[in-house]
Amino acid sequence: MITALIFYGLAAALLVVSFIKDREKTIKALKKAGKSFLNILPQFLGIIVFVGILLAVLDPQTISRILGKSSGVFGVLLASVVGAITLIPGFIAFPTAALLLKGGAGYMQMGAFVSSLMMVGVVTLPAEIGYFNRRMALLRNTLAYAFSLLVALVIGLVMAL
Amino acid sequence: MELKNLKNAMKQWWILFVAVLLALGLWLFDRGRGAQMVDVTLYSLKEMLLVLPPIFIILGLLDVWVPREQMIRFMGEDSGLKGIMLAILLGSAAAGPLYAAFPVAQVFLKKGASLRNVLILLGAWSTTKIPMLMFELSNLGARFTVTRLVVDIAGILLIAWIMDRILGQKDRAEIMEKAQ
Repeated sequence: MITALIFYGLAAALLVVSFIKDREKTIKALKKAGKSFLNILPQFLGIIVFVGILLAVLDPQTISRILGKSSGVFGVLLASVVGAITLIPGFIAFPTAALLLKGGAGYMQMGAFVSSLMMVGVVTLPAEIGYFNRRMALLRNTLAYAFSLLVALVIGLVMAL
Repeated sequence: MELKNLKNAMKQWWILFVAVLLALGLWLFDRGRGAQMVDVTLYSLKEMLLVLPPIFIILGLLDVWVPREQMIRFMGEDSGLKGIMLAILLGSAAAGPLYAAFPVAQVFLKKGASLRNVLILLGAWSTTKIPMLMFELSNLGARFTVTRLVVDIAGILLIAWIMDRILGQKDRAEIMEKAQ
C-alpha cells in the first residue's frame, strides 16, 4: 500500500515536471504508457485468473499438508516444485512459510520454496517467452530453478550453525 | 493482413481464454474452491490495477525523455560496475510481481541497456524488492532473509553472466526485434 503510494507520488511528480518542460512529449509518453498497458492487459488478466485457480487448489492449508511433513532431499525437491509452479504474493507466502517452520518443516525446504517462488515462474512462462524469446525464458527459469536448490542447501547449512 | 491481426490477437488472448475455461471447470467441479478462486482473482486484479498504472507512466516518461546515448552510457555493454549496480538498485526499488518487470525490461533493451544488465534487473526485481524483504524479515527472521539475499544476489549475477555467454546472435536478434 505504502509502496503504491510512493509510486503514484513519483509518477505524478515526474508527470508535472515533464508537462512543464514539454507538453507534447508528455502526451506522447502517456500514449505510450497506455498502449503498452493495453498490450499486456490480456496476458496479465490470464495470469491473474491462473493464479486464482492455483491458489484455490493449492491454498495455504493444502501447501502445508504437502510441505508440512516433507523432509530430506525429497522434501526440498517437492518444496521447490510447489514454489516454481505457484505464484503466491509475498504477504501470503512468508506467513505460510513461517507457520510451516513452526509446524516442524525444515529451513532447507522453506529456502527452496521461497527462492523458487520468487525466481521461477511456470505460469508466467508464456508471457516471458512473448516478451523475449523461448530460449531466453526457458534458460532463465531453468537456471533459476537449479539455483534455488543451491539456495536451499546454503540456507539449510547456515540455519543449522 | 487480416489473418496476421487474428494471429496477433490470438497470441494475446489465448492465455486468458485457457485460464477462463479452467476456472469454469474448477467452479463446476467444486463450488467452494470456485468461490475462493473468484476471491483471489478479484484481490490480485485490484492489486494489479493499483500498482501497474504508475509503473507504466514512469516507463512511458523514461521512453520519451531518456536519450538512447544516456541509457547506453549508464547501462549499456560498457557500463561496467555502474550498470550492474544501477540494475540491482532499480530492481530492488520496484513494486509489483515479476511479470510486471517484462515490459520494463523490454523498454530498457530497446533503449540500449545490455542484455546482461537487463537480466540483472529482472533477477533483482524477483528477489531483492525492498518492501518484500521487510516482510520476509518480520516473518522468517534476519538470518534466513540475509542468507537468502546474499546467495540470491550472487545467483542473479551468475545467472546473468551465464545467459549472456550462452545466448547467441540469433537469440539476441530475435529479442531485440521484439523490443523495437
